[in-house]
Amino acid sequence: MLEVQDLHVYYDAIHALKGISFSVARGEIVTLLGANGAGKTTTLKTVSGLLRPRRGSVGLAGQALEGLEPHEIVRLGVAHVPEGRKIFPRLTVLENLKTGAYSRRSGSIGEDMDHVFVLFPRLKERSRQMAGTLSGGEQQMLAIGRGLMARPKLLLLDEPSMGLAPIVVEQIFETIQSINREGVTILLVEQNAAIALAVSHRGYVLETGCTILEGRSADLIHNDLVRQAYLGG
Amino acid sequence: MDLALSIFFQVLVDGIVLGFMYALIALGYTMVYGVLEFINFAHSEIFVIGAFVGVEILLGFEASGSLAMLHPAFVLLVVLFAGMVISGLAAMALERVAYRPLRGAPRLVPLISAIGASFFLQDFIRLVESLWRNSFYLSYPTLPSLEKSLKIGSAVEVPIKSVLVIATALVMLLALHLFVNRTRVGIAIRAVAQDPETASLMGIPVDRIIALTFFVGGAMGGVAGVLFGLHYSLINPYSGFVPGLKAFTAAVLGGIGNIPGAVLGGIVLGLVEAFAASYLSILTNGAFGAEYKDVFAFAILILILIFRPKGLLGEKVREEGV
Repeated sequence: MLEVQDLHVYYDAIHALKGISFSVARGEIVTLLGANGAGKTTTLKTVSGLLRPRRGSVGLAGQALEGLEPHEIVRLGVAHVPEGRKIFPRLTVLENLKTGAYSRRSGSIGEDMDHVFVLFPRLKERSRQMAGTLSGGEQQMLAIGRGLMARPKLLLLDEPSMGLAPIVVEQIFETIQSINREGVTILLVEQNAAIALAVSHRGYVLETGCTILEGRSADLIHNDLVRQAYLGG
Repeated sequence: MDLALSIFFQVLVDGIVLGFMYALIALGYTMVYGVLEFINFAHSEIFVIGAFVGVEILLGFEASGSLAMLHPAFVLLVVLFAGMVISGLAAMALERVAYRPLRGAPRLVPLISAIGASFFLQDFIRLVESLWRNSFYLSYPTLPSLEKSLKIGSAVEVPIKSVLVIATALVMLLALHLFVNRTRVGIAIRAVAQDPETASLMGIPVDRIIALTFFVGGAMGGVAGVLFGLHYSLINPYSGFVPGLKAFTAAVLGGIGNIPGAVLGGIVLGLVEAFAASYLSILTNGAFGAEYKDVFAFAILILILIFRPKGLLGEKVREEGV
């Protein structure tokens, strides 16, 4: 479904991605692992159009995405849940969800909102509250729910576990798996390699802008390099 | 006693009228600041464009002899609507030509462009009117039905003109409130104001929303321009400068970027000014006259900037990080 080939991205003079290639098949959860600065977030931002690659290609089901504006890419079925959640703090929960559906012209937005409330019942209780008053976990739920409102075929998740208590992280990853079972393909960037490899089908390891390793998640868990660098032994 | 009371009410009405006018103009400053974090100093000329559109249409009606025949409510609707749309379009064009190419430049750059655009528009209006009417000092034709007054009780008279300004402003403010808070596009405007990058990830076309924000802010300014002309009659291409600065003050007073704040700031400023203008000479035994009223507006601006830069209802416009 997503085909990334030899991606090179620069921040001014800094060469941040040095030829990353990977693919995500329909129905998969694929995770990108790597330390801070390895280029995980940069990769997601390039897929969703926030950054322009200097070289390389990003293809979604055969269509080239590089050079399109972010809002056009959303319309093609890619939703990006950014690092740090980035909910709109002074919009209500309901209004935040509505922004997620901005690109939609078809289908019932009410139905999708009900679906988000089934996945995250807490959001329903707080639907009229300003999003800035939610707890970190609730904000993450809102960010994911808001992304789902676009009815994406491919969901990009950047660090959904960041700053959250272990029990909340567990809940969120269970929901991520059930979203995947409903047919949404997921590309996951995560610092928490243990949980990322537990829920994903395949993974890639990034280091300073390059892919250095790839494989099935079940195999990567036992890989020495991954164990040493990301699983703490 | 009766006289003092009736003066008080007149001053109150004048202050409210002035305040609503400032409020309508201030919305343009504050909404644009909301989405771009920059002061559109050419907004005062967008206001003047509205005033000139109004006077041209009325003079056109007058020249064709239809001004007396048409229903005054119809005339007013046409004039207000035309001023609104043309000022809105002018503001959009201004954004496209003078600001969008500078997106991403250091903050000072679009500000200088705004000041340049302001001068350009002033003298462009002057040029057009000089060629077309051989004069750029124009006065609104009198509409007899606006010259009457509404009597409330025995002491208080409210001019119909003032009622028109207040009623129109209230309708515009209500419409804006519903638009910004209840519609899909209104929510998108607020989302862009809070975090443009994330808004684009939601599928919101940020450039189009910014252009639309200019249109809406410009439309409010255009209506204010027509109301200004109808109320005070005399206009020239430089008429926008002082009201523009005061409306900017009102926006800062209320909290720049904050829509209800702009309205509150406008009303407060209008009242302060009206009361200062009429009571200052009484209170100081004539030592300071009405001409000192502007001192109050700008003293407020300075004091607010020093002691409460985020304004009365101020909030941080854009969140950093998480």
